[in-house]
Amino acid sequence: MRAIVPILLTLSTPVIAQGSGPMPPLANRQLVDPAKEAQAMRLMHSLRCIQCQGQSIADSDAAMAATMRAEVRQQIAAGEKPEAIRSWMIDRYGEWVSFEPDMKGAGLLLWIAPFFIFLASIWLARGLFRRRA
Amino acid sequence: MIAEAGLAALWLAAAMALLQLVGGLTLLRGGAGQLVPLIKPAAYVQGALCTLAFFALMWLFYVTDLSVLLVASNSHIDKPIIFKLAGTWGNHEGSMLLWVAVLSVSGAAIAFFENRVDPKTLSATLAVQAFIALGFFAFLLFASNPFERLVPAPLEGAGLNPLLQDVGLAFHPPTLYMGYVGLSIAFSFAVGALLTNQVGPAFARAMRPWVLGAWIFLTIGIAAGSYWAYYELGWGGWWFWDPVENASLMPWLAATALLHSVSVLATRNALCAWTIMLALVAFAMSMAGTFLVRSGILTSVHAFAVDPERGAFILALMLMYTSIAFVIFALRIGTVKQGEPFQLVSREGGIVANNIFLSVILAVVLIGTLYPLAAEAMGDKISVGPPYFNKATVPVMLLLMLALLIGPMLRWRRDALMRMKYLLIGAAVILVSGGLAAWILAPEVGLYPLLGIALSLALAVAAWMPLRGRKLLRTPLPTFGMVIAHFGIAVSVFGMAAESGFSKETLTALAPGESAEVAGWKVQLEDVKPVVGDNWVAVEGQMVASKNGDMFELGPQSRQFFKPEMQTSEAALLTRWNGQLYAVIAQPDQEGDGRWQVRLWWKPFVTFIWYGGILIALGGAISLLGRMFRRAKKPAINKWERA
Repeated sequence: MRAIVPILLTLSTPVIAQGSGPMPPLANRQLVDPAKEAQAMRLMHSLRCIQCQGQSIADSDAAMAATMRAEVRQQIAAGEKPEAIRSWMIDRYGEWVSFEPDMKGAGLLLWIAPFFIFLASIWLARGLFRRRA
Repeated sequence: MIAEAGLAALWLAAAMALLQLVGGLTLLRGGAGQLVPLIKPAAYVQGALCTLAFFALMWLFYVTDLSVLLVASNSHIDKPIIFKLAGTWGNHEGSMLLWVAVLSVSGAAIAFFENRVDPKTLSATLAVQAFIALGFFAFLLFASNPFERLVPAPLEGAGLNPLLQDVGLAFHPPTLYMGYVGLSIAFSFAVGALLTNQVGPAFARAMRPWVLGAWIFLTIGIAAGSYWAYYELGWGGWWFWDPVENASLMPWLAATALLHSVSVLATRNALCAWTIMLALVAFAMSMAGTFLVRSGILTSVHAFAVDPERGAFILALMLMYTSIAFVIFALRIGTVKQGEPFQLVSREGGIVANNIFLSVILAVVLIGTLYPLAAEAMGDKISVGPPYFNKATVPVMLLLMLALLIGPMLRWRRDALMRMKYLLIGAAVILVSGGLAAWILAPEVGLYPLLGIALSLALAVAAWMPLRGRKLLRTPLPTFGMVIAHFGIAVSVFGMAAESGFSKETLTALAPGESAEVAGWKVQLEDVKPVVGDNWVAVEGQMVASKNGDMFELGPQSRQFFKPEMQTSEAALLTRWNGQLYAVIAQPDQEGDGRWQVRLWWKPFVTFIWYGGILIALGGAISLLGRMFRRAKKPAINKWERA
């Protein structure tokens, strides 16, 4: 069963389906256009390697991360928007793959919490200054 | 025999802790107190017994006694001796034993040295300390006995995680533990003072060295951990907002806030309730940190020796201690008197700003770290990672730095910003021109690195301002300590901003003889050779890096460890004054074409991150020494104690 997994993964990714060898070349190669590479890099840092222990796909030696990096660079090179690629990844691997939760549903609270904490702590501290020295 | 002796010492130490606790309780209940004279001796004996137990375990690792389960599963006969010794605490049981040993020795030290606080408060503090120790003794003896035997003994042992076989890392966990334990002592003092109604400057001065000491160790521990991740994980990152990193950052944030507020309490008799609260939070965070790391409840690159059941034990301990503490806080806080008043624009005001910003960062990190657990419980599997933490905390950190520009120059009680208008204008000029210069030089780096560079430049100057107009020889050491630590913040933030805004990266594949470029450096792969180590084999890429006629040899390795099997990359780092060249060799690229994957980075001023960390810790150490000297010379008494 273990031997089949890589093959299944290989078949499921379009990069490999085009027949470019065992390790997709864009996994460990930069895009020629530095602006596009920077865009891809930013996205890769915000996607989780689902095979490893909490690294992003930009910081992982795992084969799965390599395949995902190749996918990201491939799509960026084809002119895809980073957010579209992120949703593509989420559709495929679930919310778990994105390190940056959406500002809706389960993630909404996370984004508004800092503001409430800030206001609450200022409200708490307010009493300290009331008395005139 | 040695193992059994160690176990017996642990049981006896637990009995001493129990005696200490009961003695303290009788005192608080206002009983006859016949046990009270025994509290201090019990603390000494407990410290000695725990030290004995720890050295017994160390001896077992030294001789590699494979009939002990812990040694057999974490050591190996062929391991270098330093890692055999480090194996003592490089695993769950051993690290918990270290925790308890440091805790007990610190308890003995308080009993011996502390003569400033009221004797009753001291006894209460030691009782709280014993209460904490008892929880951990129970944990060790019932759920993670480090001296358990293994029959039959294996022939060679299983080995230690290769990532941990690194000199820096051998001393990383103990450093963090010292920090955690120091915070537990601050906690004991806080609860002791609450119980005996002694929350005031004397208590704050007794607690301060422990907070300061804990904070120094945490600072070193975090800086070392970050450097370890930087060179060992092989991708050039130095902070991943990983749960385990967050677990060490949270106690540090709380300790930093506590350090500042306890100083206000000690010198100005203000922020009483605030300081107690922070002491409780800091301890809760260090327990939470231990829990997150040990339970394996969150996936992490740094999690070793995880075990969910034991995690539940630590969680139960944490909930018990913190809930009891908060109940005492709620019951007693009414008796804590209002502190001395102060105005918004004052040194106290600046420290309150520091406390608020640090608490907000702490809360955001805590929520972000625990959020995936909560979401999972509700049926959503989500991840919270670097993009969130950066967006949510960096703005607050920048605000914190802004407060740090002005705060240390303000006078106690009340001040007027007009008094310092030239200084403020000066700081603003550096801030704006630094930001503009960085923006003109590199328009595409983004807002945060630019602001970070501008603020760190301004702070690098402003940090020294508290020394202005002082006779340097008569300036107290703690003031120097403060100045150096604040300057260290500027250095560290400069490194972080420069690295995140201006790094250059080249990912390529090279055959021997080929070369690649990164940020003006030409790196040529000369040859690829096999290398053999004690318990690993590796391929080493022999590279020559050259720039402006200077040539340097680099030898990054891709190591394959056995016992246990694991692959790691040893990056080669070339350190220049203005940054580091970071080279990694990974797998062969395509089958049969003779090329190797090579990753190269130029990381400008990245070393400043850790130099800054060292300066921060050094500032803390100078301050601590200053306090100890001054205390040895004359016991300080200030006007609030006479009143």
